[in-house]
Amino acid sequence: MPVQSKMSLTPDSPLSVNPSRISRWAGAFHALFSTKATALGTTIVLIFVVVAFIAPLIAPYGVNEQIYSDARQAPSADHWFGTDHLGRDVFSRVLYGASDILFLAGLGTAMAVMCGTAVGLLSGYAGGMVDEIMMRFFDSLLAMPALLLALLLLGTLGPSRNSVFIVMVIVYTPIVARVVRSVVLSVRSKGFVEAARLQGESIEWVLFREILPSVTPTLAVEAALRFSYAIFLVASLGFLGVGVQPPSPNWGLMVNEARPHVGQLPWALFFPAAAIAIVVIGVNLMADGVKRLLQA
Amino acid sequence: MATFVIRRMGFLALTVILTSLVIFIITQMLPGDVARVVLGREAGEAALEAFREENGLNDPLPVQYGRWLMDFVTGDWGHSLSTRSAIFPVVMDRLRNSLLLAGMTMLVGVPLSIILGIIAGLNEDKLADNTISIGALTVVGLPEFVTGLVLIQIFSRWLGWLPANSSIAPDATFAEKLPMLILPAMTATMVLLAYISRMTRAGVIEELKRPYVRTATLKGLPRRAVIFNHVLRNSLIPAITVIAISFGWLISGLIVIENVFNYPGLGRLLVFAIDRQDLPLIQAVAMVAVVSFALANLAADLIYARLNPRIRLE
Repeated sequence: MPVQSKMSLTPDSPLSVNPSRISRWAGAFHALFSTKATALGTTIVLIFVVVAFIAPLIAPYGVNEQIYSDARQAPSADHWFGTDHLGRDVFSRVLYGASDILFLAGLGTAMAVMCGTAVGLLSGYAGGMVDEIMMRFFDSLLAMPALLLALLLLGTLGPSRNSVFIVMVIVYTPIVARVVRSVVLSVRSKGFVEAARLQGESIEWVLFREILPSVTPTLAVEAALRFSYAIFLVASLGFLGVGVQPPSPNWGLMVNEARPHVGQLPWALFFPAAAIAIVVIGVNLMADGVKRLLQA
Repeated sequence: MATFVIRRMGFLALTVILTSLVIFIITQMLPGDVARVVLGREAGEAALEAFREENGLNDPLPVQYGRWLMDFVTGDWGHSLSTRSAIFPVVMDRLRNSLLLAGMTMLVGVPLSIILGIIAGLNEDKLADNTISIGALTVVGLPEFVTGLVLIQIFSRWLGWLPANSSIAPDATFAEKLPMLILPAMTATMVLLAYISRMTRAGVIEELKRPYVRTATLKGLPRRAVIFNHVLRNSLIPAITVIAISFGWLISGLIVIENVFNYPGLGRLLVFAIDRQDLPLIQAVAMVAVVSFALANLAADLIYARLNPRIRLE
């Protein structure tokens, strides 16, 4: 069997349609709507993703457009969510904010998952000193609560969108790497890995073709979880004023900017806060569904 | 048990030293020249050089790190660059406040989460469980500042029962502090609630499936006795590990919560220090947070070992 494993995997050019792959994707898609709660979560996330893409098309006003004559207005037909203290349309900014938070958190998560997978695969497979050193180094990073590490790094890098991205990668890579490594350790002594190695396969082949498929389910759960924490982190850093800087339509930052005026302009605080709450709940419900499905 | 304690203490020391190295390296990369920050824009090059020489800023980095770590251990934490005041008393004062808030949260939050987790676990997939689980799932994801602002809106703006601002005075009595502590503690409880209750629930469900539970039921023990004498004792063990892990969450959570409520704790001091790129202050606060986190983990390990003899015999 192990000898054939390469054969069965090689016809993998993007042109040759592999039916099992399609049905697997359909299965995953079906799973995202399996229970009511998961379906609700997935729907919420999909809506926000769509909004993130089409915000410039549907937003009635520009993201930082200041309408001085309409400043400090309550929600109305012209301004659905009202306007803030600078006369910016809150509805438009909340729409634009979807792309701000989803893309930043999504890119950060994707990068951290990639780095973490690479490091976890190598470290777990290599074992010995390399593994030991990597893990002790990660332990010392993880000995700090995540937000503390994030703030320390931001203090060094200075607050900006790029810094937030780098911080996410540094904070989440060790966590992903550890999870991947633990799976690698459990499969690396299995027969099929041994066979591939003895057969003289390259290290890339063994890592990505033999070991990685066993890691994928755990990795998917971890990626979903990381994404929900990443959204949380981007919003929290925005709120603390050390993340994405004004005049970005980051929801956390919008809440922060609206706080001094909350007495007169509660809507400028309420709508971005509600957007964070809804998107976070959506991602969590979805992640919970992914977790239940893959770990069952 | 004694060797176990000693080994754990050794681990703790090692972790703290490694983490201190990480903190030192990160903060060394801070932009800006400490000498220029302290002496001001007009200082001449000679004065700057003299300052660097005097404060050992020209020494090789390992030497600087060693000196910094020794100074930290001996309580010589230097002066803040932004306020010029001695760091040690300020940080200790803020640490006391943060511990007070964390203590209040643990005192209320931990029993509450465990009780909710047990109720959910005993009623798996019934209404009570679904309510608690979905509630926990939605609350867990909400950033602390959203929860905090919602609580402020309800309890201080609409009902007017509690203050929205928790900037307690240094000389306030506990009775004066208490009303200001309630909302931040409630917010922090939400952070713990989700994690601990979900873990307890999972523990209870798993224990209920064990053969000894069936045996106890079949030999005629009332359900109450089965649950209280057998199931709960064992199912609390995973919950205790989570309490330790959630202390890390609590520290992260408190950083945000203290900023929402203007509570004078370590978290607010840290954001203040980062805003002003106050290097020694950042280092001191980070080290204190790391040491408290490590100590909390140690405490949890010891309790865990006490409850579960298998661990300490490993």
